[in-house]
Amino acid sequence: MRHLLSIEDLDRAAIERILDRAKTFTEVSEREIKKVPALRGRRVLNLFYEASTRTRSSFELAAKSLSADVINFASSGSSVEKGESLKDTVQTLSAYRPDLIVIRTPHVGAAALVAGWTTAGVVNAGDGKHEHPTQALLDVYTLRERLGSLDGLNIWIVGDVLHSRVARSNILAFTKMGAKVTVCGPPTLIPRGMDALCDVAYTLDDLPSADVVYALRMQNERMSDSFVPSLREYAAQYQIDGRRLNARQVLMHPGPVNRGVELAAEVIDSPQAVIGQQVEAGVVVRMAVIYELLAGRNAPQPAISTPIPA
Amino acid sequence: MLDHRPTAPADVLIRGAHVLDPRTGLDARLDVLIRGGEIAEIGSGLQFDGDVVDGTGKHLFPGFVDPHVHLRVPGQEHKEDLESGTRSAAAGGFVAVVAMPNTTPTVDSAPVLRSLRDAARREARVPVGFMASVTLGLDGDALTEMAELRDAGALGFTDDGKPVYRAGILRKALQYQKLAGGIIALHEEDPTLSGKGVMHEGEVSARLGLTGIPSISESTLIARDAAIAGYEGGRIHIQHLSARESVEAIADAKARGVRITCEASPHHLTLTDAELLRRLDTRLKMNPPLRTEDDRQALIEGLKSGVIDCIATDHAPHAREEKEVPFEEAPMGTTGLETAFAAVYTADVLPLALVVEKLSAGAELMGLPTPRIEVGRPADVVLIDLEAEWEVGEAGYESRSENCCFAGRRLRGKVLTTIAAGGIVYRERKLSVV
Repeated sequence: MRHLLSIEDLDRAAIERILDRAKTFTEVSEREIKKVPALRGRRVLNLFYEASTRTRSSFELAAKSLSADVINFASSGSSVEKGESLKDTVQTLSAYRPDLIVIRTPHVGAAALVAGWTTAGVVNAGDGKHEHPTQALLDVYTLRERLGSLDGLNIWIVGDVLHSRVARSNILAFTKMGAKVTVCGPPTLIPRGMDALCDVAYTLDDLPSADVVYALRMQNERMSDSFVPSLREYAAQYQIDGRRLNARQVLMHPGPVNRGVELAAEVIDSPQAVIGQQVEAGVVVRMAVIYELLAGRNAPQPAISTPIPA
Repeated sequence: MLDHRPTAPADVLIRGAHVLDPRTGLDARLDVLIRGGEIAEIGSGLQFDGDVVDGTGKHLFPGFVDPHVHLRVPGQEHKEDLESGTRSAAAGGFVAVVAMPNTTPTVDSAPVLRSLRDAARREARVPVGFMASVTLGLDGDALTEMAELRDAGALGFTDDGKPVYRAGILRKALQYQKLAGGIIALHEEDPTLSGKGVMHEGEVSARLGLTGIPSISESTLIARDAAIAGYEGGRIHIQHLSARESVEAIADAKARGVRITCEASPHHLTLTDAELLRRLDTRLKMNPPLRTEDDRQALIEGLKSGVIDCIATDHAPHAREEKEVPFEEAPMGTTGLETAFAAVYTADVLPLALVVEKLSAGAELMGLPTPRIEVGRPADVVLIDLEAEWEVGEAGYESRSENCCFAGRRLRGKVLTTIAAGGIVYRERKLSVV
């Protein structure tokens, strides 16, 4: 495997292999020196065109824990603001000979494009509303830790599915792992055609049948486009609170949480919530992904036919 | 109203080609003698001591006419110009094309139109007709001086690239059409439904996380505009149909006697949005978008039943750097002149005679003479090898741009020679001249 662009790139066996390896990495974080020399001398480039706290920092921590060198590149303050195209930026940064580029952009398919423009491996850390495969992997990891297996689980993904790359990657990953997925949200925020991928519900009436409730972030800017009339109305219809969540259900959220919108405070702090575990899993799962893509691979040589501008 | 740089009148005998012209009823192996740029004789065993082209095993058709191309002049010559665009047309077997006015500046005044026509007389390899815009600057607010534009040679009017969204403005344009004449061609799309959409709305857009353009964005505006045209007795032409609902809306309007015609493009007849799952290629991004298999079938049925009048390419060149960006950022459009016939022929969606007929049917709709293979007519013909297979390349087009949605595909049917307005405007390099 050269790139991780989509959950579609992985079959169940590959997901299990990556997550089993992630499990072995948990021990590294417990050491006094939280580092293994597995990828010493390798270069990982973090290329983030969108704001990110946990994804960027956990990729950085993951790479450093494997002893790789990390370069962080953010679009603000860079030549991107002078109008440099994605292609030119990637080819320029490729001159630094990274072994791996971790990229987040607001555009669907951008990670796949980048993979065509560089000899480095590419990890999609979020491409617009399309996918966020490492988030899905860490979510599967968290559920495996909590429940052992996803086989036969009934998982509800609740909220703004339309704008959510997390939802799209998770639908694919959960389904591959044997779970049955239902998405639920306002009809304006469930894309037409979604029923080809999973079950669709517009009310929480059947939420009690869920084993896992995965709430999505409800973004303020959705109000301006009339996707929902008000956050108040959204919360009344779709907020997961102590009344709607029962004791045997597991609660997940990709963060950052809007307290009092998609989740009520009492459930965030409840023992059913694994939101903290998801964040924790981020580092080991991303270590495993980087390891999967780089360990045992020779450092790439730039193709002679690819001109790399200075 | 067509302009081009005249080519020396052809004197050539095309010997032994299968001549197929659905309008004159020719469908046989024949010799066609062209003298002084006119079809002088059609028969068997013709002799000629000048240029003889061996047509054995090849087909000779009436030349194609495209009522919808973007030649990008004035102002966007980095994408295409009159010379490269018409060279591309000639290489695709087109003997006349109609250029859209969404240029920089817009073709919305007689001086702009006149300078374009002058340029075409210097540069255009095949005859070009020009449309002017319905509204000034395509802003949708104020009508252009339609009567003066017609006098200056505009074939008709269109805000192509955008709808004439305000019903009241379209109504006035249709009222004014009674004075000015000229067809009004409409790009049908309700911007409040299309929103920021970049592809067809459906299962594929749901999977990709891309914002969709629903089919009803097109069909609802067609229904509205057909009603307005019916009320005013106006004549409208609907551009680039893409959806089943649209075909139904046109059929309804035609049944009510509305003076409405429409076109479909080769890419909508041969590709669907499922292509985007294979590869999110910006060359597959166009407006209207590739839709579903059901929509594609509806367009094919529409051409067979006559609801859809002609095939038009909507040839829309864009520079490489403009298309080499993430899908959502890329401009809409694919080139199509050089692949039109081969794409439709290879997909085997229509009988050959219907392909030939629909590829020139746009002429009459635009008020232009329809090419016919008939003695005494100017030679407007194309010689094609139906057996020849070729791969559509990443580059190497006659067009200045390379954004062809068929790139990488193997197609059958290669244009060997195009004769437009009596002159040889294209000859495949490998053509064997006896």
